[in-house]
Amino acid sequence: MDSQITVSNGAATEVASPAHEHPAYLRHHFETVEQQREASSLGMWLFLLTEIMFFGGLFTAYLIYRNWYYPAFVAGSHQLSIVLGTTNTVVLITSSFTMAMGVWSAEMKNKRGLVLALAATFVLGLVFLGIKADEYHEKWEKHHIPGANFSIEEFVHPSSPKEKVLAPDMAEKTQMYFSLYFIMTGMHALHMIIGIAILSVLLVRAIGGAYTSGHMTTIENFGLYWHFVDIVWIFLFPLLYLISRY
Amino acid sequence: MGTVVKLPPQEGATLPKHTYLNNGYGLKSWLLTGDHKRIAILYLISITFFFFIGGAMAGLVRLELLTPMPDLVASDTYNKLFTMHGVIMIFLFLVPSVPAVIGNFVLPIMLGAKDLAFPKINLLSWYLYVFGGIFTLTAMVLGGVDTGWTFTTPLSTHYLNTHVITAALGVFVAGFSSIFTGLNFIVTTHRMRAPGMTWFRLPLFVWSNYAASILMVLGTPVLAIAIVLVALERTIGIGVFDPSRGGDPLLFQHLFWFYSHPAVYIMILPGMGVISEVISTFSRKRVFGYTAVAFSSVAIAVFAFFVWEHHMFIMGVSNYSALVFSLLTMLVAVPSAIKIFNWSATLYKGSITFETPMLYAFGFIGLFTIGGLTGVFLGSLGMDIHLTETYFIVAHFHFVMVGGMLMAYLAGIHFWWPKMTGRMYPESLSKLAAIITFIGFNLTFFPQFVLGYLGMPRRYHAYPPEFQVLNVLSTAGATVLGVGYLLPMLYMTWSLKYGAIAGDNPWQATGLEWQIQSPPITSNFEETPIMDHEAYDYEWLANKTPYEVTSVG
Amino acid sequence: MSHISPVIWQFLEKWLTTFAIFPPEASAIAPYTDALYFFLLLISLAGLAIVAILIVAFSIMYRKEVHPEPTQIEGSTLLEATWTIIPLALFMVCFVWGALLYFRIYNPPTNAMNIYIVGKQWMWKAEHPGGQHEINALHVPINKPVQLTMISQDVFHSFSIPAFRVKREVIPGRYSTVWFEATKPGTYHLFCTQYCGTSHSAMIGDIVVLSQEDYKAWLATSTSGASLAQNGERLFASLSCNACHSGDAAARGPNLASVYGSKVQLANGAFVNADEAFLRESILNPSMHTIAGYAPIMPTYQGQISEEGLIDVVEYIKNLNSNYRVQQTLNTSELAPTQQTVKPGAASGTSSGTAAPSVPGMVK
Repeated sequence: MDSQITVSNGAATEVASPAHEHPAYLRHHFETVEQQREASSLGMWLFLLTEIMFFGGLFTAYLIYRNWYYPAFVAGSHQLSIVLGTTNTVVLITSSFTMAMGVWSAEMKNKRGLVLALAATFVLGLVFLGIKADEYHEKWEKHHIPGANFSIEEFVHPSSPKEKVLAPDMAEKTQMYFSLYFIMTGMHALHMIIGIAILSVLLVRAIGGAYTSGHMTTIENFGLYWHFVDIVWIFLFPLLYLISRY
Repeated sequence: MGTVVKLPPQEGATLPKHTYLNNGYGLKSWLLTGDHKRIAILYLISITFFFFIGGAMAGLVRLELLTPMPDLVASDTYNKLFTMHGVIMIFLFLVPSVPAVIGNFVLPIMLGAKDLAFPKINLLSWYLYVFGGIFTLTAMVLGGVDTGWTFTTPLSTHYLNTHVITAALGVFVAGFSSIFTGLNFIVTTHRMRAPGMTWFRLPLFVWSNYAASILMVLGTPVLAIAIVLVALERTIGIGVFDPSRGGDPLLFQHLFWFYSHPAVYIMILPGMGVISEVISTFSRKRVFGYTAVAFSSVAIAVFAFFVWEHHMFIMGVSNYSALVFSLLTMLVAVPSAIKIFNWSATLYKGSITFETPMLYAFGFIGLFTIGGLTGVFLGSLGMDIHLTETYFIVAHFHFVMVGGMLMAYLAGIHFWWPKMTGRMYPESLSKLAAIITFIGFNLTFFPQFVLGYLGMPRRYHAYPPEFQVLNVLSTAGATVLGVGYLLPMLYMTWSLKYGAIAGDNPWQATGLEWQIQSPPITSNFEETPIMDHEAYDYEWLANKTPYEVTSVG
Repeated sequence: MSHISPVIWQFLEKWLTTFAIFPPEASAIAPYTDALYFFLLLISLAGLAIVAILIVAFSIMYRKEVHPEPTQIEGSTLLEATWTIIPLALFMVCFVWGALLYFRIYNPPTNAMNIYIVGKQWMWKAEHPGGQHEINALHVPINKPVQLTMISQDVFHSFSIPAFRVKREVIPGRYSTVWFEATKPGTYHLFCTQYCGTSHSAMIGDIVVLSQEDYKAWLATSTSGASLAQNGERLFASLSCNACHSGDAAARGPNLASVYGSKVQLANGAFVNADEAFLRESILNPSMHTIAGYAPIMPTYQGQISEEGLIDVVEYIKNLNSNYRVQQTLNTSELAPTQQTVKPGAASGTSSGTAAPSVPGMVK
């Protein structure tokens, strides 16, 4: 983007070339740093709005089928490990906290604090994904992945006496529950992976001194994204893990 | 015939020395540009390319329909033709047309800004569009897809072995292009208006594109998830839409139409914005009822989200939900009617000239009125039972989309051509093309209303012989229409080298974009303009010293 | 429409139909649909005329040559209100009228005779209760309300009879219904109007409207020998339904004799109307439709019975209900097949396949 051209246009005035008195990170199409910051913030919020609409479609499908096949959803939900799920929730909330600390450190121009916070968030994100992978693996072993390998054995002959026996036709509907489980948590995990990838770039840059010299919009906006991914999980956890648990 | 055009003296006239076009040469300066104007030109070239592919498919469809028997192409081929026609025309032409070409170019200038808020995202938006288009073309080249542009399940999930996922991916990627364009427009409109540019001093083009952008941002993600679910169902076999596994094919319909109804307003609202500008300029008057027109754009955007089930009235939805959606559909028709009347009233006591953009605008008003009113037919429940899924629907949406939106797009291209290129197109030839287009359009699509009432179904390869006369009329019209669309391609290209030099403001228009040189410099303005007058202020324009209006470098 | 001038209308109709500009009005509801259509046309023409006249008149009166100075006008709240309220009012009339028509078309009268339609790629199968089966055709009697209960075996289709002005989507996984009363003998187009794949345009047929005498004759000559209910009875036994639904007081399954059409209470306490959809769903997803007082032990028949089979069983269960048998007899007694068929056990006397055993619930 070249805006340094001075155009002589008939009787128009000459461009008074401002001796570049603005910070290097001010893009030339913005008048002030403030305008730039507000614009990127608004842009990020709008993007998150699109993400809400995106996940909204999945939540709609979930609500409808849960309403229709409630016993199957209960049985399916009870197959998830509440320990792992709660752990993951705590991990993610903590990572949101460390991210917020990162934003604070950037504002305070505290490079060490920022790097530590970003690193912590990164690690916690990986822990989350690791636990998720373990859960998925367990589902694979128990033949609860929808498709040819799916087995309803556990639902018509539950191994735990606390579980209700399901009639075969309702037991078949647990596939619907697991389909939604995998799609919703999978989509969430995809967003986490993208977040972690971006986080690694930010971490490297932060180590090099970026974001702690007054221009921390990127960290702020990424923080928004990370908190959003966290909030999606806050909805997913009770909807998927906590159906009729007592 | 009077004209409003004022060109600089052509003797020795040249384009300005420095413009956005000659600010850097070479492929890289274009393919890695952040300049919203260059991105608009990139979009112009790519959507024109896709328009002609989609148009060729339409030509083949109409050619087949000359005879009642399925004798030109095989049934599967025919199904692929109309599917690709729909997918290309909707997602790769109509949705980006005015926003990505004209909006990208003039919106920042209208606001008094140097560029959109996020130039890199703007460029990304174009690349996403191109990749979406490439995916779609790949699906075509690999053998085609025949789901219909509506990807109805369970047909698309379990009963077809064509390249559904490739095409769906193309639409998915192009959808993100649309989301980013909308996002860019919203942020720019909120945060980058020049000093003095209050909301109610904005040109109505900005209001319309803003409303369309809200729809793009909120609606398109739902299409994305619907497509993802179809792709997953096709590949890994989840049963979300499969009745034998407890799923419901109607869920897809709800998710799909939740986007696809707002999509039609994404397509038409920017066109309505163009019409506001053109009608105002060529009657030398501010638009009648500015506030009403501005608010009706937003009203259309809001109501758009609450009417999707009117595409599903006969699909076994509850009768009571059908009542609610029919009522809301009637409500969404009202703001469009308000606009039509306001534009007509703008002509009252104006000083009207009939340059080509104005001719297209008149065409829009007439044809959109017909198309919109037939929408009321379809929103009326009992009437919809007979008319839905027939050629009446085909005629309805072609009237609003082609007779409406495409005419608005052509009006806009002709109107802002001098600003984008610095050159005028040949006026007599363009008037001829406009008239040919209008005649061809009516001949093509009016008989389809009659066919629809007769009961001829959509997407039919063969039809009962008594429908042939009307089909022949329709195909004849399509040929004329094709000529009408080919002409601008030719003379616009010609004008790039041989057209008259336009100067800053050949139309004597009031927008900020007309107060800078044609073509503009890369940063649009040398100094940030300060807005001190209302929109469409022709008195302010008259009081500007003459040379400011018509000088060239 | 016809009461304005019967002579002119008849002439117009004949001319229009031969030249295929307007479809024939061959059902009781068609004139009502056409009336709404003409009203909509009228207000559309009026609206278009107003806009066109304004545009043309203003273009002439205020073209630059005669009116070089424009008068800047802000707007007029009064005008805005006028052209908001009047179109809104007209659209509301369209809404109410259309809604009334819609409810008329999709709510069958109680005296409608039922015919089943199964759509599949790429043909229509019509199943009359008396056991007559048709492919891509449907014979119906004149001046009798006919209800179609439809389902698809694969993808979405749509059953459309333009001459009757009726159409309904035919959906996989659930029944949809539409009804009509034919008023003119003749043969009319049947179209599939929901794109369904390769031979979508070949999924067409004929609706043949016969006089009641001709219809009776047709019924007699077209029967396959067993009514739907009789086929259903056979299936009921071969699928071992009678093992639990034996009709005993202590049986594992509820007595099905008077189930159809009654209000049943489910195990979760809710009351539902036991219509065709309920019966079909109970066979495919029994645990979601367990009757109060019974254990959820019924196995599912998903995948073991086709849609035609389901229709047969549903018909059989319907006919176990003596009230239903009486009602159907009343609806169709004038339409009994003219000749007695020779086959034993075939429909005798009544057309609705009442060859069910005399003791409801007891099967061989």
